[in-house]
Amino acid sequence: MNYFPDEVLEHVFDFITSHKDRNSVSLVCKSWYKIEKYSRQRVFIGNCYSISPERLIARFPGLKSLTLKGKPHFADFNLVPDDWGGFLYPWIKAMARSRIGLEELRLKRMVVSDESLELLSKSFPNFKSLVLVSCEGFTTDGLAAVAANCRLLRELDLQENEVEDHRGHWLSCFPENCTSLVLLNFACLKGEINLASLERLVARSPNLKSLRLNRAVPFDTLQRLLMRAPQLVDLGTGSYVHDPYSEAYNKLKAAIQSCNSIRSLSGFLEVAPRCMSAVYPVCENLTFLNLSYAAGLQSIELTKLIQYCRKLQRLWILDCIGDKGLGVVASTCKELQELRVFPSDPFDAGNAAVTEEGLVLVSAGCPKLNSLLYFCQQMTNAALITVAKNCTNFIRFRLCILDPIKPDPVTNQPLDEGFGAIVRSCKGLKRLSLSGLLTDQVFYYIGMHAKQLEMLSIAFAGDSDKGMLYVLNGCKKLRKLEIRDCPFGDAALLEDMGKYETMRSLWMSSCEVTLGACKTLAKKMPSLNVEIINESEQTEFNLEDRQKVDKMYLYRTVVGHRKDAPEFVWLL
Amino acid sequence: MEVNYENGLNLKATELRLGLPGTDEPERQTTLRPNKRTLSEISCSGVTDDGNDDHQESAPPAKAQVVGWPPIRSYRKNCLQAKKNEVEGTAGRYVKVSVDGAAYLRKIDLKAYRSYPELLEALEKMFKLTIGAYSETEGYCGSEYAPTYEDKDGDWMLVGDVLWEMFISSCKRLRIMKGSETRGMGCL
Repeated sequence: MNYFPDEVLEHVFDFITSHKDRNSVSLVCKSWYKIEKYSRQRVFIGNCYSISPERLIARFPGLKSLTLKGKPHFADFNLVPDDWGGFLYPWIKAMARSRIGLEELRLKRMVVSDESLELLSKSFPNFKSLVLVSCEGFTTDGLAAVAANCRLLRELDLQENEVEDHRGHWLSCFPENCTSLVLLNFACLKGEINLASLERLVARSPNLKSLRLNRAVPFDTLQRLLMRAPQLVDLGTGSYVHDPYSEAYNKLKAAIQSCNSIRSLSGFLEVAPRCMSAVYPVCENLTFLNLSYAAGLQSIELTKLIQYCRKLQRLWILDCIGDKGLGVVASTCKELQELRVFPSDPFDAGNAAVTEEGLVLVSAGCPKLNSLLYFCQQMTNAALITVAKNCTNFIRFRLCILDPIKPDPVTNQPLDEGFGAIVRSCKGLKRLSLSGLLTDQVFYYIGMHAKQLEMLSIAFAGDSDKGMLYVLNGCKKLRKLEIRDCPFGDAALLEDMGKYETMRSLWMSSCEVTLGACKTLAKKMPSLNVEIINESEQTEFNLEDRQKVDKMYLYRTVVGHRKDAPEFVWLL
Repeated sequence: MEVNYENGLNLKATELRLGLPGTDEPERQTTLRPNKRTLSEISCSGVTDDGNDDHQESAPPAKAQVVGWPPIRSYRKNCLQAKKNEVEGTAGRYVKVSVDGAAYLRKIDLKAYRSYPELLEALEKMFKLTIGAYSETEGYCGSEYAPTYEDKDGDWMLVGDVLWEMFISSCKRLRIMKGSETRGMGCL
């Protein structure tokens, strides 16, 4: 069908923004493929090893915005050794060489070296936005290069990265004529920064909407920054510690009151509880509140604050808020869509301050709830069934009971029925993480009902291969499956090998899968990379086929084995 | 359906070792099944992987940490751990403050202040007195009051000599001395 000239089609395609839709468009016919190919600006690569930089560039030469994800999700929890892979450098090198007009780069769980940041900063004159999430490998020297050389930089967003802080004056490297900043988030940096440079930078950034400071930025600097940037929409405080009876505190109160655009608040890495009242005026308009690092606030201060937050849509908080505190959330935050409750003491399994009661209260009070991450002491089937009845809109449901195989404490039963109720009730569920004592039955329910499920995380659950098979057979839209410490073995792994071509990746660690089965899978499915991570002293040749592998990660790819695997990763 | 935690009690599996994973492979594998395991049995499958040997040695087997559990990003875990150490490292955030001649003591939260000037300003306000300026050689000049504190060793020290961070971690209580007792210490 070619009734329209190319430019018209291109214009029409401009309105098609979702990756899935654009992928579909390119399959219609050759000319649509070509037009789409040259007009595609944004590309999302969920696994950096599924394709090579060269092929990406050949496929989409007009690339402007790239999202790349590297290590498997469980790397966040120390299950993947250092040097596993996920290096950014080859991508920058290839794009630089081909003169790609890169403007935006979003990375997650990648290894980003200073070298790659320097090359990036010098190779893309229109570069505007750098977002690094859970990355590592770089120092403040790399940031200095970005600050110094990216003339048009709008966004520098560092989220929860491990950055080696050389305490250099990277902030001072933003040239005096750099006035384009819209977002600056350096909350994860641990070292000192040049406060005077920061103030000057903020003063000359009239478009700055989002500012998240690190721990080293003191109270009085915060006050001065707010005076210079009353237009802020998103604020992350640094150190929020001061004498509430001082002049500086009064000044801050005044400064905050002039910031009537703030809709998102975070930080409070160090906090003096009695200073929180300065923040109350902003609360009534907040849509996002992240107090998940504010270990210095107790339940009473948290609830006092939350009582003002009637428009809150997203809340990230520590479990010291307690069940009662969650009750306050339930009665105040009627617009709540996303709740994340993190453990304030992750190392002591006996101490989570929230139980099933808090969750039930929130589900009853917040009917719009669709996304949950909940670390708790215990959970009951009855509670989950109630939650399922109250909230049918869940898209993301991640429950983490601190004791991973704890049954329902009231009935001593596994939590199969509770999770079963969730998947039955929430027809739009896309992401699910399970915990607690669970048998094959829960997987039967998941396979039967979770038809939209895309990502499933399982730990210490199930009885037999049947469990895994229920999921593989039933969840047609499954993209990512990650399993640890479950009794799933070769029969489950090999039953439907073609299934893995429809998925992004599969992770299995401390399960019953043998080396032989992995080899079989690798041999039969050339479109998959099957990687074994082996941290023992044994080599590939010593380990017999019938021995169990500790960690297996497989993923679909169009470019075969990767060339940068370290010694402890065996590519079958 | 009864949950039986007695299944598969395997003492070797709960043994804490510093060996590399895989050096005891056959036995390690069998402890993974039957599936109704106790937490201590699970934890040993991860214990030897973790680089934090100190952790493992000091924790009793029943509460030994499982690698990667709970599933929290290392960045967040490190932040919380640092916070914990910080809190445990201070001798207490709230310390008693006594002033010579005052009828009763007060308590202040040292963590509410970031520096000596802030602390002294607060003390001056709280007790309605003037403490004066600090000098390394002369102590506190300009008033009859001198702020002192009791450190971890039980000695009474002049406030202001050491770095602020060191001060808050070693200060157990404050005493604002007055008049004749301070004469030997400063420039009166």
